[in-house]
Amino acid sequence: MTIALVDGNNFYVSCERVFNPRLEGRPVVVLSNNDGMAVARSAEVKALGVKMGTPWFKMKDLARRHGIVALSSNYALYADMSNRMMAVLRQFSPDQEIYSIDECFLNLDGFANRDLVRYGQAMRRRVKDWLGLPVCVGIAETKTLAKLANHCAKKALAGTDSVCDFARLSDAERSRVFSTIDVNEIWGVGRRLSEQLIARGITSVEDLRRADAKTLRREFSVVLERTVMELNGIACLELEEAVANKQQIISSRSFGSYVHDLEALGEAVASYIAIAAEKLRSQGSHAGMVQVFIRTNPHRANSPQYQGGLTIPLAEASDDTLMLTRAALWGLKRIYRPGFAYQKAGVAFLDLRAAGTPQIDMFSTARDNTRLMAAMDRINGIWGRGTLRSAAEGSGKKWQMKRESKSPAYTTQWSELPRVG
Amino acid sequence: MNRNPVPGGAFLPAERLFSAFPPPCIPRPGTPLLASPVPAGFPSPAADFVEDRLSLDEHLILHREATFFVRVTGHSMNGFGIHDGDLLVVDRSLEVVDRSVVIAVVDGNFTVKQFCRTPGGILLRSNSQGHGDILVSEDQEMSIWGVVRWSIHAI
Repeated sequence: MTIALVDGNNFYVSCERVFNPRLEGRPVVVLSNNDGMAVARSAEVKALGVKMGTPWFKMKDLARRHGIVALSSNYALYADMSNRMMAVLRQFSPDQEIYSIDECFLNLDGFANRDLVRYGQAMRRRVKDWLGLPVCVGIAETKTLAKLANHCAKKALAGTDSVCDFARLSDAERSRVFSTIDVNEIWGVGRRLSEQLIARGITSVEDLRRADAKTLRREFSVVLERTVMELNGIACLELEEAVANKQQIISSRSFGSYVHDLEALGEAVASYIAIAAEKLRSQGSHAGMVQVFIRTNPHRANSPQYQGGLTIPLAEASDDTLMLTRAALWGLKRIYRPGFAYQKAGVAFLDLRAAGTPQIDMFSTARDNTRLMAAMDRINGIWGRGTLRSAAEGSGKKWQMKRESKSPAYTTQWSELPRVG
Repeated sequence: MNRNPVPGGAFLPAERLFSAFPPPCIPRPGTPLLASPVPAGFPSPAADFVEDRLSLDEHLILHREATFFVRVTGHSMNGFGIHDGDLLVVDRSLEVVDRSVVIAVVDGNFTVKQFCRTPGGILLRSNSQGHGDILVSEDQEMSIWGVVRWSIHAI
């Protein structure tokens, strides 16, 4: 396989800068809504040593001294810019897995005859020209390596001009680069696992690449074995298949027979939401965004092809099946095109956070639906998933919210367009 | 490439655009349904002429992902038919050529101007008798944000 991972640099901050050029070159943080923690930092802020998740009150002094601009998160803007970015990148390969709001994998298998570094540069340039957003591109034989290549591009450890293709590196060059990268930078190797690995003397990416996969399988897990194989260029993960990953929950499935109408797609999407929401609640998370996608069968080359996806930001992070279903169906209506034989639909929850720290929308009219949901789950359990759903309630207005120092919804509200004299 | 952009940012293969047989019973949004009943065995001649209703989005937007809307404030561009309160359709994917009307960023500020290459350098013209023109100096930071394709003016 040949896979690219394209990732937006400081995505939220970059979105803000597109519409407020004065922020260019200045230290900028984007804060989560109520708890006021840094959820995005410009390079200037990173250079000042501010870590992800630092509470605003702890950096106030630093902010005053260095003129840090703090903005509330503007999820309507970020989601729209994300949807645009994903659509632009889909022009480079139709086989795309949207991994999070600011990154996606692209399958470049059919592009072997191209100069992939130049192809990556073309992606970068087009996203920058069309949307004003800077991205980095990592290219390699597996998803895990593509993630790593992206890291190398971002940190300028390898590659040129924010594009890194591992195919250009000899094995000796890979060894040299990999031995400079900490093992915890590897996709799917979390903090706890990396501590255990370090205790065994596996501290760098190179150490893990050279480790014995079978032994690690016995002592850790099959997941870690796969990671080792992926680091050695043996692809174990298909596109759309996520590793143990806290950033998102996906529920998607191919249909038994082709589905044509919106209603049937809606039922499918509602049932996937129900499945994913159960998972969400069981791990005690709330989702800040819901993503919905549909597609035809790409292997039926002679039938009309379409794939669509949309990310919908929520006013309040939620684990409420009703709220999440409403958002997903609202999005589905907007991406649905009649006249196609759909083979697959899916939903993903992004921007996951711990349920204990909800951000509260002061204009919210939402009630606590815990008991209602339990009842709904029971009814759906008896009569089949998707029996009880909220198809008619979809309306974008419900997700608006007001926040201090939030930039305007430049691209999604007529009344908030950028003004130019 | 025989691909044509459709709303939603996806691509529709050419064979679908030119398909002679649209799928039955699934009208696209905005597509007029045939009002007259069609007797079996006798195809209505009007069926050959059913076309999609005209869409302003299709007319105004060339590259959906790269298109942004911007609101005009002030009167400096009246000479170009751009007035206070107008809605500008800005396409960031278009190449800037001499005399394009553009959204420029000058020293961190947005401005709508005509982009002119002159012997003295780049001139951002506003066509109100030289008032408000900007001859971009070397120490000034200037970039082009996007090219204005349409100005939508309420009557």
